[in-house]
Amino acid sequence: MKKIEAIIRPTKFEELKAALEKIGVRGMTVYDVRGRGLQGAEKQYYRGQEHSIDLFPKIKLEIVCQDESVENIISQILKICKSGKKGDGKIFVYPVERIIRISTREEGGAAL
Amino acid sequence: MKTKFKWITLLITLAISVPGLPVMAAAADAPAIDTGDTAFIIVCAALVMIMTPGLALFYGGMVRKKNVLGTIMQSFAAMALVSVQWVLIGYTLGFGTDIGHLIGNLQWLGMSGVGIDPNPDYSATIPQSVFAVFQLMFAIITVALISGSFAERMRFPIFIAFVLLWTTLVYDPLAHWVWGVNGWLRNLGALDFAGGTVVHISSGVSGLVACLFLGRRREEGFDAMMPHNLPMTMLGAALLWFGWFGFNAGSALGANGLAGHAFLVTNTCAAVGALSWVGAEWLHHGKPTALGFASGLVAGLVAITPAAGFVSPASSILMGIIVGPLCYYAVSHLKSKFGYDDTLDAFGIHGVGGIFGALATGVLATTAVNPAGVDGLLFGNPHQLLVQLIAVVAAVAFAATATFVILNVLSMFASLRISEDAEEIGLDITQHGEDAYSYMEISSAQR
Repeated sequence: MKKIEAIIRPTKFEELKAALEKIGVRGMTVYDVRGRGLQGAEKQYYRGQEHSIDLFPKIKLEIVCQDESVENIISQILKICKSGKKGDGKIFVYPVERIIRISTREEGGAAL
Repeated sequence: MKTKFKWITLLITLAISVPGLPVMAAAADAPAIDTGDTAFIIVCAALVMIMTPGLALFYGGMVRKKNVLGTIMQSFAAMALVSVQWVLIGYTLGFGTDIGHLIGNLQWLGMSGVGIDPNPDYSATIPQSVFAVFQLMFAIITVALISGSFAERMRFPIFIAFVLLWTTLVYDPLAHWVWGVNGWLRNLGALDFAGGTVVHISSGVSGLVACLFLGRRREEGFDAMMPHNLPMTMLGAALLWFGWFGFNAGSALGANGLAGHAFLVTNTCAAVGALSWVGAEWLHHGKPTALGFASGLVAGLVAITPAAGFVSPASSILMGIIVGPLCYYAVSHLKSKFGYDDTLDAFGIHGVGGIFGALATGVLATTAVNPAGVDGLLFGNPHQLLVQLIAVVAAVAFAATATFVILNVLSMFASLRISEDAEEIGLDITQHGEDAYSYMEISSAQR
């Protein structure tokens, strides 16, 4: 089992969620985050005072899935979230040791 | 049983009416009260009152979220503190019989004798109590305005002491100089229709002195010092604009043509100020901002305040065109050039805009608008500009010196600023023990 963490543009989230639902991926955890990478700073002005904004709002989603689903999910994320510009985000994949569903105590694949 | 009740009623009536008796007796030969004027000024007093909560929101939205309640509390505290001070001593210092052209005497200490009789020196057609409460609202907002300069760093107990000392030692004398019968600036012929000098120059300059005295915020330059809730600021600006009609139109002290004229030029200058500020920043860095709009409309209102009863609508447009870019320059360039931390630009907008308005009144005033006024430079009377300049210099020098002395004395007894740790945590939790947005933070459940 793997955990996929994807950091994406907030504007792409609803489309991605719908696409993942179509391939049977329903469970996910979503965060509003701020971060920075290659995307350059943006300037904001308050009463003429310049403020450089270099932490951008992004959405981070975590999906835990069976090993064989990983490539399919990644290809959906790439298809929908790639604009080709700096700031599209990143995908991280981690191995998962144990999964336990709290309500039923089911473990492993049954708990997904 | 019935007679007992009668006796009690009679006693209560007597107890209530005895202190009022001299007032009632004098009413017989007093000038006539005009119900229209009275109703109008009562409503205007309420309009000016709502400006201070408006200011609380205007300022509150501009600070960081950890300081929003502390900032709002300063304006609200000013409302309560000055309300009591004004009844006890403030009104009589400002408007009591003149002593040496500098201050009023104590004839109306505790508002004794201030009742339904008009005071013909100031307003012959409304009860003096109505005049006094209208003037109170000006005293409240003036000291509240200063809080913008030292926002995010003053201890609350010090703020309370500062409000009481400043309103007594600076506002009350200055109001007497400019508006009091035989006040020296009034005798000199200085024009200040609704308080450009008394309210805006005094608060703006005092703010500058206070922010220099307290020093910069410690996180300035490290933390992102951006407004936390600009919609709150816009709501506050809306209340200021609305309340300002009471401020300026009400300063005619009657429901008459002059009040209507003041209303018209006030609205015009606010509108043009908003447009000219936004235009200046649009040209300067490419974006028309909401905060710029709110700031510009306030700058326009500040500028027209001394002039509202003396200048034409065309002149109010001209004043609006100049004051927007002027104040924008003050807050975007002057402030960083000289390095003072005027947090919410009380000086940049009220000081600079107020000085501009007072001088512009000396140029643009015309008796065509108000026969009781004076002509300015543009209408053949250059002397008026000199008079306005003297009033400005006097107000600046007096407010700056007195504020410096007050802060110096206070600093001998206690620290004016919150500690470095408290500054990091914020005014809300350290000064008031509450958190404006606690329900939005998961961590609040753990606290």
